[in-house]
Amino acid sequence: MEFFFDWFRVLNQETGVNLPFLYDSYDRNRIFNGFLTTIWLSLVCLFFSVIIGVIGAWLQASSFKITRRIVNGYIQLFRNTPPLVQLYFFYFAIGTMLPRVENDWGGQSPLLGSFAWAAISLSFFAGAFNVEIFRSGIEAVPKSTVEAAEALGFSKLQIYKDITLPLAFRVVLPALNNNLVNLVKTTTLAYAIAVPELLYEANQIWSDNVNVTEMMIFLLLAYFVLVGVLVGGMNRWERSMKIPGYG
Amino acid sequence: MTFKTDLPVMMPVKPHEPEPFLRLKLWHVVPIALLCIVGTTLAFAADGDAKQSPLAVLMNWAPLLLRGFIFNLVISVSAMALGTAVGALLGLGQISPNRIMSGGSWFVTQFFRNAPWLVLLFFAMFLLPFELSILGLKIPFPDWFKAILGLSLPVMANVSEIVRGAVKSLPSGQWEAAESLAYTRRQTLWLIILPQCVKRMLPPWMNLYSILTMATVLASIVGVSEVMTLTGRALSAEGGRPELLAPFYGFVLLLFFVYCYPIARYTVRLEKKFAVIN
Repeated sequence: MEFFFDWFRVLNQETGVNLPFLYDSYDRNRIFNGFLTTIWLSLVCLFFSVIIGVIGAWLQASSFKITRRIVNGYIQLFRNTPPLVQLYFFYFAIGTMLPRVENDWGGQSPLLGSFAWAAISLSFFAGAFNVEIFRSGIEAVPKSTVEAAEALGFSKLQIYKDITLPLAFRVVLPALNNNLVNLVKTTTLAYAIAVPELLYEANQIWSDNVNVTEMMIFLLLAYFVLVGVLVGGMNRWERSMKIPGYG
Repeated sequence: MTFKTDLPVMMPVKPHEPEPFLRLKLWHVVPIALLCIVGTTLAFAADGDAKQSPLAVLMNWAPLLLRGFIFNLVISVSAMALGTAVGALLGLGQISPNRIMSGGSWFVTQFFRNAPWLVLLFFAMFLLPFELSILGLKIPFPDWFKAILGLSLPVMANVSEIVRGAVKSLPSGQWEAAESLAYTRRQTLWLIILPQCVKRMLPPWMNLYSILTMATVLASIVGVSEVMTLTGRALSAEGGRPELLAPFYGFVLLLFFVYCYPIARYTVRLEKKFAVIN
C-alpha cells in the first residue's frame, strides 16, 4: 500500500499531477472523512425522505380536506423553492431561534449542528418529491385490489401497509431511484453551511495545495462512482423485488 | 318505508368517490407567507425598541433584492438557451447511427448528468480563465458568464436525455412509414420525427427550466452577486440582527415560489393535455 501511495508522490514530482489525498496521510484522512460524511448524510436523508414520502402519501389520501391541503402546501412549497435557500432558511433563520445548549467545554453551542440541519432540510426537500412519487404509485394500484382487501375485512391502515404500499413500491422504484440519485447530488449543498462532506474537504485540499484541476476531476469521478453504485444497487433491488406478472 | 337496521347492505348508498384532487392555490400561499413575515415583525415590533421593524428593513432592501432576483432570471434564461442548443445537438448525437458518435454523446450526457450541479459550477468557475485572448483581442470572462457556462453543462446533459427519450418514445411505425415513402434519414428526422417530439419534450423541458432557476442561487456560493449574495450582504449591513434572518430568507423563498409555482402548474396542465391515452 505504501508503495502505491509513494508512486503518486513520484508522479507529482515527475509530472506535476498533484494528488495529495493519495500520498499525504493528513489529506487522505480528510478526503476519506469527507467521503464518509457524504455517504452518511446521503443515507440519513434517503431514510428520512422515504419515510416522509410514505407518510405524506398516506396523509394525502386521507378523507380530511385540511390534511390534504397541508400536505399539498408542503409539497408545492418545497418543490418550487431553491433547496439552497431552504437550507439557509433552516440553518440561519430557524437555527438561531432555537435555544442554545452548553457543550462539553462549557461554551454555548447551537442545539443542532450544521450536519443535523443539512439532514433535516434535504430530507424535507427530497421528501416533497417522494410524496408525489408514492402518490402516483398508490394511484396505480387497481381499485379492485383495494376493494378486495376491504371485503376481506382489512382496516384502512392495514390496507395501506400490507396491500397498497408493497404494490405501489414496485411501481415507483424507477422514479424513486431517480429522486434518490438527485438527493445524493444535492448533498453537495451542505458545503454552503460548512458540513465537512466531500466537496468541502476537496475545497480545503485545493486551497492548501493549489491543485484545483486534479481535485475537480477527482470530485467528478467520485460522484460518478457514488451515483453509479447507488443506481446499480437500486436496479438490483428493483429486479429482486419484481413480482412475476405484475408491472 | 324505512328499515330500522344497522346492516351495511340496508344503508342508503353513499357514493364513495374521492373528491377531486385539491391543491393549495397560489393565492393561498401568499397570505400565509405574508402572515409569517408580518407576524414575526409584529412580535419584534412589540419590543418597543428604537430599531426599525424587520418588515421596514425588508422593505428598504426589497428593490435591491428584486434586482438581484432579476439577475438570477437572466442567468437562468441564458443558461437554458445555451444548454438547450448544445443539448439538442448532443441528443441528436445520441440517436445517430454512427457508433462512435452515439457512444461519445452518451458518455458525455451520462457524465454531466451524474455530476452534482454545484461541482460542475465549481468546475466552470475555477477552471475557466478570467479572460480569453484570441488574435490579440482580449475577451473578459466575468464570473456571471462563467456561472452561465457552469449551469448550462447539466442543462445540456438533461436536454440531451429529453431529446433522446422523446425520439425513442415515438412509435417505430413513424420511422418505417417515412422510410417506405422514400424520405432520407435527415428528412425523416426534421420533417416527421422532431415536429412530433416537440410536444413531448415541452413539459420535461419546462420542468428542467424551473429546476435550473432554483439552481441559480448556487452561483452565490461561488461569488456571483445574485439574490442570495445580496441577501447575505444586506443582512450583514444591518448588523446581523438575528430577527431579520427569517423575514429575509423567507422573502427569497417567496420570490422563487411566486416565479416557479406557475411554471410548475402550467407544466402539469401541458402534461395532461399532451398525455398519450392508451
